[in-house]
Amino acid sequence: MLTVSKLNQYYGGSHTLRDVSFDIPKGACTALLGRNGVGKTTLLKCLMGLVPARSGALMFENTDITRLTPYARARLGLAYVPQGREIFPRLTVEENLRMGLATKPCSAAIPAQIFDMFPVLKDMLARRGGDLSGGQQQQLAIARALVAEPDVLLLDEPSLGLAPRIVDVVFDALAAIRETGLAVLLVEQRAQRTVALADRCHVLSNGELRVTLDRSDAADTEKLVAAYFS
Amino acid sequence: MLGVLNVDWQTLADALALGAVYALMAVGIGLVFGVLRLVNFAYGQLVMAGAYALAFASQWNWPGWAGILLCFAIVLTLSLVMDRLVFRPLRTQSPAVMLVATFAVAFLLQSIALLWFGPLGKIASSLAPLNRPVTISGVDIRKIAIVAVIVAALCLLALQLLLTRTTVGLQMRAAAMDFRTARMLGVRANRVIGGAVLISGALAAVVAIMLTVQTPLVTPDFALRDTIVVLAGVVLGGLNRPVPATLGGFAIGFASGLLGGALPTTQSQYLPSILFAAVILVLLVRPNGLFTRDRESLERV
Repeated sequence: MLTVSKLNQYYGGSHTLRDVSFDIPKGACTALLGRNGVGKTTLLKCLMGLVPARSGALMFENTDITRLTPYARARLGLAYVPQGREIFPRLTVEENLRMGLATKPCSAAIPAQIFDMFPVLKDMLARRGGDLSGGQQQQLAIARALVAEPDVLLLDEPSLGLAPRIVDVVFDALAAIRETGLAVLLVEQRAQRTVALADRCHVLSNGELRVTLDRSDAADTEKLVAAYFS
Repeated sequence: MLGVLNVDWQTLADALALGAVYALMAVGIGLVFGVLRLVNFAYGQLVMAGAYALAFASQWNWPGWAGILLCFAIVLTLSLVMDRLVFRPLRTQSPAVMLVATFAVAFLLQSIALLWFGPLGKIASSLAPLNRPVTISGVDIRKIAIVAVIVAALCLLALQLLLTRTTVGLQMRAAAMDFRTARMLGVRANRVIGGAVLISGALAAVVAIMLTVQTPLVTPDFALRDTIVVLAGVVLGGLNRPVPATLGGFAIGFASGLLGGALPTTQSQYLPSILFAAVILVLLVRPNGLFTRDRESLERV
């Protein structure tokens, strides 16, 4: 679905992404693990076009999107759930969800299945986004991205700072989203859960993809630790 | 209160009308600030251009409605040109660069008006009958005062509906809160900014019509002083929120009208000094604006 080839990015003088290449296939969850500061968020921002790629290519199906604006990528079918969620604080939950429809014609409505996945949002439609708890905001951010019915969903640490119960809700939702045939790219820090969920898992270290893990490695703590600190 | 200030009902009505017009200017400035983080100092020159359109229309003996149409056409075109030639290329620059650019645009337009139309000014008289008074329970009130308040209320209501009930309005509000996220969700930046610039321009045209009725002599510095006063009012109310900014515009217009009527003619030259001293005083006490809630000001820290 989305192919990243030989992506390079610099932050000031430092080389933050080095020849990163991988695939995000349809109907699967691809995960990206790594310690803080190895370039995970930068990579996602590059994919969404929020920071320009210095070199390399991004292919969405057969379209080269390397030079497209974030807005154009959203229209093609990429959706991004940023770290920190970026909910509009003074818009209601419903208005936040309607913002997810920005790529669709004016007559488009919020699909009802969203509330099956995140029932808590249904009771909060009239509340202001800024008044929600962190967990509710995270669910709203994922729901807002899904409302656009994207082909590729990019998520930046959706479980960050959430209570364990809400982490379960988020991971269950991610599993359900994969079943709908989307291509999911999940950036996470919770290695064990992520490896258990994802179909394929890359570990980013100093801007390079070093190790690729699959689901059977989830129980192998030593292998995970080794991959993390490679 | 009224007795102390020696204000009659007529002055009060005029002050309300001035407040209403200034509120519209504040909304026009605030809308563009919302989506572009740009204080458009050249807003007064849009009003000035509209006023010249009305003056020429009345010089050519056009009927009132034709003059109003011409005023809208000129101001909207000029707004779009300003956006396309100045705001859009400078959009990614710092607010300081954009502010200085709008200063340049303001003085450029003023100089062009001076060169083309001369320093003496033109008279916009086709709507002058609105200056005649009507008598309401023994009090003479100029028609324009009533018209201005009603028109301003209708404009604000229409804008409120547009912002809350339409998709482009929702996108404008979202973009004013967080432009980056709005774009990431697929909002067309040019459409949202273009919409805000157009609405702001339409309000400038309405303001031009109201102001030329009250001040029919149109000179190159038409509405310049009003813009400065409104900008002070907008900052006074709280620049980053539309409702407080509007209230700030209204408050400073109302105060200015009231003081102007209350001060004896020999002391009226002190009006701007009193007004701006009051603005500084209020900002010292409430730096985030007079009409913002404390909780909202905390968000910015």
